[in-house]
Amino acid sequence: MKNDQTDIKNQINLTIDGIQVSVDEGKTILEAARELNIHIPTLCYHEDLCVAGNCRVCVVEQEKVRSLPASCATPVSEGMVIHTNSMKVRLARKHIVELLLSEHHADCTKCYKNGNCELQGLASQMLTGDHMFLDLVPDQKYTIDMFNTAIIKDDSRCIRCQRCVRTCEELQGVSALGVAYRGNRMKISTFFEHPLFEVVCTNCGQCVNRCPTGALIEKNYIDQVWDAIYDPNKHVVVQTAPAVRIALGEALGMPPGKIVTGKMVSALKRLGFNAVLDTDFTADLTIIEEGHELLSRLKGALVDKDPKVVLPMATSCSPGWIKFIEHTFPELLGNLSTCKSPQQMFGALVKTYYCQKRKLDAKNVVSVSVMPCTAKKFEANRPEMRSSGYKDVDYVLTTRELGIMIKQAGLDFESLPEEHFDSLMGSSTGAAVIFGSTGGVMEAAIRTVYEVVTGREIPFEGLNITPVRGTEGEVREASLKIEKVKPEWKFLEGVELKCVVANGLAHAKKVMQDVKDGKASYHFIEIMACPGGCLGGGGQPIPTNLEIRTKRKQAIYEEDMGMALRKSHENPEVQLIYKDFLGQPLGHKSHELLHTHYTPRKRY
Amino acid sequence: MSDTKLKRVDLIFGEYSNVKYKVLSETMKRPNEEILEDILESGLRGRGGAGFPTAMKWRLTAQSPSEEKYVICNADEGEPGTFKDREILTRVPRKVFSGMAICGKVIGAQRGFIYLRGEYKFMLPELMKELDGYNEHAKSIGLDFPIEIKLGSGAYICGEESALFESMEGMRGEPRNKPPYPTTSGYLGKPTVINNVETFVNVMMIMRLGAVQFKLLGTTDSRGSKVFSVSGDTPIPGIYELELGMPLDRFVDEFGDGDTKAVQVGGASGFCVPRKKFKDTVIGFEGVPTGGSMMLFNSSRSMYHVLHNYLDFFEEESCGQCTPCRVGCQQLRKGIQAVKKGDKQSHYLDQLMKLSESMKLTAKCGLGQSVANSFSSIVYNFKEEMIY
Repeated sequence: MKNDQTDIKNQINLTIDGIQVSVDEGKTILEAARELNIHIPTLCYHEDLCVAGNCRVCVVEQEKVRSLPASCATPVSEGMVIHTNSMKVRLARKHIVELLLSEHHADCTKCYKNGNCELQGLASQMLTGDHMFLDLVPDQKYTIDMFNTAIIKDDSRCIRCQRCVRTCEELQGVSALGVAYRGNRMKISTFFEHPLFEVVCTNCGQCVNRCPTGALIEKNYIDQVWDAIYDPNKHVVVQTAPAVRIALGEALGMPPGKIVTGKMVSALKRLGFNAVLDTDFTADLTIIEEGHELLSRLKGALVDKDPKVVLPMATSCSPGWIKFIEHTFPELLGNLSTCKSPQQMFGALVKTYYCQKRKLDAKNVVSVSVMPCTAKKFEANRPEMRSSGYKDVDYVLTTRELGIMIKQAGLDFESLPEEHFDSLMGSSTGAAVIFGSTGGVMEAAIRTVYEVVTGREIPFEGLNITPVRGTEGEVREASLKIEKVKPEWKFLEGVELKCVVANGLAHAKKVMQDVKDGKASYHFIEIMACPGGCLGGGGQPIPTNLEIRTKRKQAIYEEDMGMALRKSHENPEVQLIYKDFLGQPLGHKSHELLHTHYTPRKRY
Repeated sequence: MSDTKLKRVDLIFGEYSNVKYKVLSETMKRPNEEILEDILESGLRGRGGAGFPTAMKWRLTAQSPSEEKYVICNADEGEPGTFKDREILTRVPRKVFSGMAICGKVIGAQRGFIYLRGEYKFMLPELMKELDGYNEHAKSIGLDFPIEIKLGSGAYICGEESALFESMEGMRGEPRNKPPYPTTSGYLGKPTVINNVETFVNVMMIMRLGAVQFKLLGTTDSRGSKVFSVSGDTPIPGIYELELGMPLDRFVDEFGDGDTKAVQVGGASGFCVPRKKFKDTVIGFEGVPTGGSMMLFNSSRSMYHVLHNYLDFFEEESCGQCTPCRVGCQQLRKGIQAVKKGDKQSHYLDQLMKLSESMKLTAKCGLGQSVANSFSSIVYNFKEEMIY
């Protein structure tokens, strides 16, 4: 072993609650305690984010040190003696939780996060309840921003842990949320305290996913959906995104990484939806459209030398990413694929193709989607998303909201039978399933494009194009040499297709900056707004962290491997819709229903 | 020195020598280790209030391996009742610059900054003129240590060293987690010495007089003299340079109006000493430390209002990031209000005392930790005034 010396970190010996432990240098007291299975409560700490050390709930006692250090922010040092449960620590922690409660609008029974609130959890652990201090809430002027279609921000429930601020800045590079004022007036706010819909917020919902209380929540459409279901004149169609089926179980008490596709379908049918269809269908359709768009752009650039053709082409499935680029790189909107996201393609087809086939009047059809995403709520409300003549998608539910509905209906999720999606727009392939993970769209597109161009399957074992499978926290570049092409694609002979995959908007920003600066020579860019892709989406069950996302990712690829069909162009219903309705990829009908345009937006 | 008169000292504001930057030029020729030894021998401790040994701070920073290091002079003098740094920078700015340049030499820093309190903007023209003089002189003697002034924006918290760095870097003035300390990671994450204005001047004095001479003043724990800002109920408010380690009763004899009931030593974040403890209280690091603020209160003052005023101040000046400080300050102020009004019973004060103790133990920085100083010392010593 050549790196013996550098790979092994110095070991630090310390004692926690009387137990001696030796950990790597640079670890914190909190991490050391976790190795010993000693639970120190935390609030502002989150595995995905940098350490803030500002809630002070995790304080511990260190011998020979006067104050109580925050265990999340204090690195271990040799010979340290730590007590995590001394009298001093306990009283201090109780005081801190009491203080947080005194400035928190604690009407728990009316709160959307009731039962899934970290502050509530701590309060019950500490046995608060004797109102140790004065209630500060009535004296404060709080704002509740509910004008946004996706996210509600309720300052009265905010405990100023700044998880959202760190999420927005570190993971997403957006910085829509920041800290304003100081002292007793300190609050989490936006640019000049504008409502969220007027600022650079992309609605990605990563903040919602990390908020320990009910200060940031999704705008829920549960009641509207129930109303539609109970309305006898309405035909309610539901579509479910690829990443929902591998995470819904978590919202219903199952461990992370369980594939619950069949149970989910069964639950949706029992909730009363008239048709349970699959967004996977339009994910496959997206691949056909987007793949052909890429090929036509390549032809335009390589054969026709058309200066109007813009490369690289970037994916357009992630609505958080779309709003981000509209704000941050409005000059690069031409790089975006004109394809709508699978959700919106689906919505447009439900109210045209589906109605035509099922002989329904589109005005009586309500189109609902279940998404791992809060930005989809915003997307569905975009004015351009009405190409069917109606609002293409009426209501968007997150995975969490579906979880709530299933609980409301009293279904015992785990014991439900496995059922299949309804037909017409319900069949899917493995290529569509992996849309839920970073790198999935790229992989699905390559599986199809390569075969279209060469007539052969992509030469990867088991069709697993692992070089493009994205990893969290990094930008993944890959290239693929196209050889022995079919005669009609002669211009692609020997071309090295350069791709890049990024997840999390902070990484997207780097990629696009390179494109803007002319430093990048990519052909195809896949961007997912959320860490890990849709599986780590802002609408997914809380909590989320790297470990949970890794399990979800494994589940997604497992689901892909288990599918009989693995390539989008093999989807029989996709083949059918081209035959019966759309004609050909990028055809007239496709342009009308499946493609869109983007709006440049200002940063401020 | 008579028994009743306090020893007045005139080191800091003493006249400049006839040769411009004489001490600086001479010190530049001395080896670093010798300078450090001198400062160590003198027993100099930081004059900002916390009293960290200056030699140790400089040595740790000198030992931190880095190409890039900084010297920062903390002139964000915001503690209520303190106004001595203003005077020092107005009257003897060259001594400050020299002290900084010596520090730069010892630790191997290339640049120095003076972080000037936003409200002291009016001093800028004069100070800039002096600074230009220094920068020119430095160039002429081949000293590569330019000093710049950065103006604060009016937040008390930016006097806390790590919040000051954040502010200088263009961020929100919020204290950082410690460790790492400035000696290894300060301004721009580089090793940084940050000292109070007066500390730099004291270094100059040690260089000029020698450690032995400096040590003649003060006590074992508190060497040298200190500039005090005396205010409140006194016939002679102002700036006084006095020997450290004096008993408070002698101070009151000299500065009080004959009816002094309490002295707030160290400003809003310091301690309140009642009359009965004057005799046993020593002003210095072994007793009650101070950054310079001495506020006298006579019997016409309500200590409830004094405390309320301080808490108002802290409530507004807390940066708001950590729970104990942000919410704790509000609870303390509203708590004493509730007791005064009779909405809460008097034993609620005990609850608040415990809370202030928790704040002292758990707050992220010195601001939140020191609220308890004035709170507990005032509530403990003047409980009746809080209730009735």
